[in-house]
Amino acid sequence: MFELSPQDWTAIQLSLRIAVVSTLVALPFGVAIATLLARASFWGKSALDALIHLPLVLPPVVTGYLLLISFGRKAPFGAFLADHFGIVFSFRWTGAALACGVMAFPLMVRAIRLSIEAIDQRLEYAAATLGANRLWTFATVTLPLALPGIIAGMVLAFARALGEFGATITFVSNIPGETQTISAAIYTLTQVPGGDADALKLVVVAIAISFAALLASEWFARRAIARLHGS
Amino acid sequence: MLTVDIEKTFGDFRLKAPFTSEAGATALFGPSGAGKTSIINMIAGLLEPDRGRITLGDATLGDTLGDAVLFDTESRVNIPPWRRRIGYVFQEGRLFPHLSVAHNLDYGRWVSGLADDPREFNHVVEMLDIGHLLERRPGKLSGGERQRVAVGRALLMRPRLLLLDEPLASLDAARKRDIMPYLERLRDEARVPIIYVSHNAAEVRRIAKRVVRIEDGEVTATGGVDLLDETQADMLA
Repeated sequence: MFELSPQDWTAIQLSLRIAVVSTLVALPFGVAIATLLARASFWGKSALDALIHLPLVLPPVVTGYLLLISFGRKAPFGAFLADHFGIVFSFRWTGAALACGVMAFPLMVRAIRLSIEAIDQRLEYAAATLGANRLWTFATVTLPLALPGIIAGMVLAFARALGEFGATITFVSNIPGETQTISAAIYTLTQVPGGDADALKLVVVAIAISFAALLASEWFARRAIARLHGS
Repeated sequence: MLTVDIEKTFGDFRLKAPFTSEAGATALFGPSGAGKTSIINMIAGLLEPDRGRITLGDATLGDTLGDAVLFDTESRVNIPPWRRRIGYVFQEGRLFPHLSVAHNLDYGRWVSGLADDPREFNHVVEMLDIGHLLERRPGKLSGGERQRVAVGRALLMRPRLLLLDEPLASLDAARKRDIMPYLERLRDEARVPIIYVSHNAAEVRRIAKRVVRIEDGEVTATGGVDLLDETQADMLA
């Protein structure tokens, strides 16, 4: 029988919440950075590009460690955010979302950047001659034309967040009900004798969610492209 | 009146264009690669000259926005394109693919925050005969339809000057013949001064009454359409 325990449900819920929140919060930053990298030229651009891509190549544990020493409760950024905005990351699900967001960020930026670079810039010039300043041009021409890439970036980020393990467990540990995602729960179960049967259920759930996300993104992207080409 | 006196260097190519244009249509005429498009890009504000001055507008055009310096290196004026109110019809139309024809037409009015004016809209739609296309996307238009919509879009932002950059170049001969009457109507009815860029003497003859000849980055002659005969003679000689 395929029955999920309350702990399993908690882990699934938590995973979805963390993945959704991290994707949505990362999105405006992702669009901003992708636009900057696609369109602006400035000193230190390649350094920024490299910095953003770091989580893709660093061992996740290293990223988690870096988050711990910068966003922990007593760490510089962590203390600042906690004191001024009441946002605490350490050993909270918010910390897991931060870790997932950071890990997913390069994938998101990459997808959005590519789609912005593919836009015919002459359309933006046309918008300028019609009276649209940079912000209007961005909102009415660049952003809608980049939509398929933005959707792709969001799905990649969501999937990455769902699968995130190393950075999260290093940064916020593996606390059931707070930071124990599907991945962490599977890991915990496999460490217990006889737990692999229970782990299998969560594995199936993980596959199902990822599959659904891919199908959904395909559907959205198709619709967005169809809209661009006028049907 | 439009007064242009600009210089720009691209690598080895040097562009130096002093000329003026008045009401009606003025053609920038010359072979491909002479720098005509660069000149109107500078008028539109899409390209910055190295040196010079561009002014637009006075009473003879019925221009109420007053004396306007669009660009001047001396007084460091460089009005951005979105504040110049200069309509631009590009060679390839450049309609927004994600918007319907109706929204493309309305775009300039909308982003400029001008009041909706259905009479003006209908007038332009009727003049260019594009009423049956309003719900379509640009991707489903023929080349000639696309250019007509592009002209309408530029007109509906109520420009003080209209730049047409080889608007017929991407069309075959039959389509060119189809569109020409619309452009003539535009010149006669729209009351916007026009700069018409072309390398085609026959087109220029039908549209413009003044010709500025551009060759190799320089203004080599200005005058009436009789310049075109002279140019052809030069070319044959």
